[in-house]
Amino acid sequence: MIRPSARRIWGLMYRHLVLYRRSWPRLLELAYWPTLTLCIWGFTASFFASRVGSAGAVISGMLLGGVLLWEITLRSQMGVAISFLEEIWSRNLGHVFVSPLRPWELLAALIAMSVVRMLIGLLPAVLLAWVLYAFNVFTLGPVLILFALNLMAMGWWVALGVVSLILRHGAGAEALAWSVLFALTPFSAVYYPVAVLPEAVRPLALALPAAHVFEGMRALLEHGTIAWGHMAWASGLNALWLGAAGVLFMVQFRVARERGALLTIGE
Amino acid sequence: MDVIEATGLTKRYGETLAVDDIDFSVAAGQTVGLLGGNGAGKTTTIAMLLGLLIPTAGTIRILGHDMAHDRFAALARMNFSSPYVALPQRLSVAENLRVYGHLYDVRHAGQRIAELAAELDLTDLLDRPAGQLSAGQKTRVALAKALINRPEVLLLDEPTASLDPDTGDLVRSWLERYRAESGCTILLASHNMAEVERLCGHVLMMKRGRIVDRGSPADLLARYGRDDLEQVFLDIARDRVRETVA
Repeated sequence: MIRPSARRIWGLMYRHLVLYRRSWPRLLELAYWPTLTLCIWGFTASFFASRVGSAGAVISGMLLGGVLLWEITLRSQMGVAISFLEEIWSRNLGHVFVSPLRPWELLAALIAMSVVRMLIGLLPAVLLAWVLYAFNVFTLGPVLILFALNLMAMGWWVALGVVSLILRHGAGAEALAWSVLFALTPFSAVYYPVAVLPEAVRPLALALPAAHVFEGMRALLEHGTIAWGHMAWASGLNALWLGAAGVLFMVQFRVARERGALLTIGE
Repeated sequence: MDVIEATGLTKRYGETLAVDDIDFSVAAGQTVGLLGGNGAGKTTTIAMLLGLLIPTAGTIRILGHDMAHDRFAALARMNFSSPYVALPQRLSVAENLRVYGHLYDVRHAGQRIAELAAELDLTDLLDRPAGQLSAGQKTRVALAKALINRPEVLLLDEPTASLDPDTGDLVRSWLERYRAESGCTILLASHNMAEVERLCGHVLMMKRGRIVDRGSPADLLARYGRDDLEQVFLDIARDRVRETVA
């Protein structure tokens, strides 16, 4: 049971991996935006640091840490959504869904591909932050793994929502694959604390796991303490949102099968 | 023994009745043709058999599995080919076949791909991107994909559409040989009447979502008093059905 499932998941991953193996522009595109964003924020942080004095190093770390960690969410979300869109663009969904591939295996393959894409995309930015701005994200310590896992999970459930909307509304909804997470950025408290936000929108921010991760990151950089309460909130909220997004996907997958959308979705 | 059993199969899209309460079965090793004009319900029927489309009503059993509750067990033992569903264009032929070898959990997939490439004259094309192939070559690759798991049930939607007569004949010969050697059950939707006469032992004639007639090609020719299936098709499509025909 495990072996055929693993093989089907690998089969779908292989289909995407061979494209990256063959095309360096595709690989370059993965690293392009994270590196560019890091450069812009890196110079901005350097400018602030030079003006603020001794507190500048902490502020600079918060900004660069925010940039790098938020890219984990962005790349994870796009990794799932764009890998799914690749199947639509190649009009291959009909073949994929008449194979014995289960929907959960499809999601597992998309998530695995998002991890690969995120690692390839983020590695140059992490190295650049270290070389150009003397910011080593790994100094955050082992809790960095918790931060990263929570931010990846948030990217996945947002992507599941996007994929569900594509199943419901067709390729017309594909622009969401690039844009939806940017709409959540102001509420995710990436570069500033939740307390800075207007009181009315704070509940929205606190409903997002990312806001808790970034509050935790700032506490660690500023006070050297791990905010376990925020970590628990982030993990709990991710479990809740992942569950809800999973249900939404299964409902929309069934609706797509009722409407015959799996054959016509790319048209 | 019936390998495909469809009972009361119905598909409704809002006010449109695409498939209207049809019943049919296909015995093991039989090749059955699904004939009908555009919009007759052939593709909708095939999509329901494959589990791509959930019927509004009715039941489907394939290889003994209820497709509403146990479709993955059946899907592992069947396959599908259609010129209207593409394979990833930037992947080479071999890579495409490897992907489906994994998805169908084919043992010794490399050996199977080499066998299919030799039989379908694809060996020289294995490293070429699927997007750079001619229509005939794409059809042979699609057929190789459809046979990668040695299917017991093969659903083909217009398998020789857009092929020149020579390539079409090669594909038909190959399908005849494969069925004879493997005992595979084939359901074939086609507009090519000569193809249906040649390949199919039984024909289901569809019109406006219903099966309006059925029988062997010889039975249908005799019943309509015609010399070929194309004339029978036109009689049904244009409501020139003779009074003697039920």
